[in-house]
Amino acid sequence: MTCEEVHQLLHGYLDDELDLATALQIEKHLPDCPRCRKELEAAQAVRAAVAHPGIYYPAPSALRDRLRQAIQSQTIQPLSIQSQAREMEPPPITRFFAPWWMRPMALPGLAAALLVVIGSLALYLPSHAPRGEIDALVDSHVRSLEANHLYDVESTDQHTVKPWFAGKLDFSPPVTDFSAEGFPLAGGRLDYLDGKKIAALIYRRKKHLINVFIWPADETPDGGAPETTTNHGFNLIRFDCKGMVCWTVSDLNAAELQQFVDLFKTQRAASTRS
Amino acid sequence: MSLPATTSKFESAVLEHMDAAYNLARWLTRNDQDAQDVVQEACMKALRAFDSFRGGDFRAWFLAIVRNTSFTLLRRGKDSPEGAGRQSLEAGAEVAAEPDVYDPQAIAIRSADALCVRRAIDALPEALRETIVLREMEGLSYKEIGKIVQVPIGTVMSRLARGRAHLQKLLVEMDSSRQEGTP
Repeated sequence: MTCEEVHQLLHGYLDDELDLATALQIEKHLPDCPRCRKELEAAQAVRAAVAHPGIYYPAPSALRDRLRQAIQSQTIQPLSIQSQAREMEPPPITRFFAPWWMRPMALPGLAAALLVVIGSLALYLPSHAPRGEIDALVDSHVRSLEANHLYDVESTDQHTVKPWFAGKLDFSPPVTDFSAEGFPLAGGRLDYLDGKKIAALIYRRKKHLINVFIWPADETPDGGAPETTTNHGFNLIRFDCKGMVCWTVSDLNAAELQQFVDLFKTQRAASTRS
Repeated sequence: MSLPATTSKFESAVLEHMDAAYNLARWLTRNDQDAQDVVQEACMKALRAFDSFRGGDFRAWFLAIVRNTSFTLLRRGKDSPEGAGRQSLEAGAEVAAEPDVYDPQAIAIRSADALCVRRAIDALPEALRETIVLREMEGLSYKEIGKIVQVPIGTVMSRLARGRAHLQKLLVEMDSSRQEGTP
């Protein structure tokens, strides 16, 4: 096979889409041809770059909830009402959510707008009152995804991530890889909350990312009840663990996030005993 | 009217592929709100058409609806919808040029920077972008992609080759421009 032929078929080879005979011919060509090898490596590097979990956009959980409701209500409503409902649907709240109360509005408009806002709030806002800390953690989670600062240390190896924090923090966060359980460790990052340095661990669950924020508890007694909340479509669970406060933030569904928290707590309890 | 059993089957199928649907719509519309609107609209369309869906690959069927809905939204408000479609394909042809050098290392360095990678993908012409997303992020086979995009398998392969070549060029250029920028 010539370089030109290999070049034509290289991506089919990379994607495992060629028949065996053709693939073997390419494999025969590659060891003798640095140029084709380099081309293959470059294509592999591009593929790895795109497949990186920070590139994927998982569905926001608010959208998921909204659709679940929409699908369920669809079964009992005749079509005419459905289409009417669709037209009347308020614009997604995030479009004007920011300071809606500051927008200049005519009074009748304000009343209508309030109705829309109240209707939408039920969908978008958590049942708990938002608190400064939760907001800050969600901000931090979002920033870590958007602002190209997911990891300071990117590794699936807990023995790389844990020592990385040494000297950067005045405590040593618990770091365990849960690959076997379906929550692989992805890396670690130094973060800030209220001006104090805290540890952030990043875990993956399929296409979702989980940030675990950890700092030493001031005087929180261990074993406090876990606290679950949602904020801007993200699920958050707080738990205390051997003198550390841990907050997990993710767009992962609440059940799987809880599963992760249970894993984390069990592992932590086991490691401090031994 | 759908039976409740059908609906719950539909619901679980849709929710299972919600990430794939949103991700595709997000990359096609390049905007969160539009992507959410697209997924919502596509869901309702799919629910209405679910009776006519006779088994087979639900994901491919659903993603095809998401794709079409995205294009409807993108073309809405454009002067000439057909012209816009043609333009993006022609733009795809323009970037078919091969990279001058293959530099896996430079790409690897750049790929640590998620924002750069996203920007590079955003810069791809639509036809190449959707093929890359379906292949690299959803892991679909050429055959499945061909079905969704409605092109022959050979075209899927050549679009992937062009898309990757274009991305490589962009990533390497970003890499060198950064190096020049930092003294």
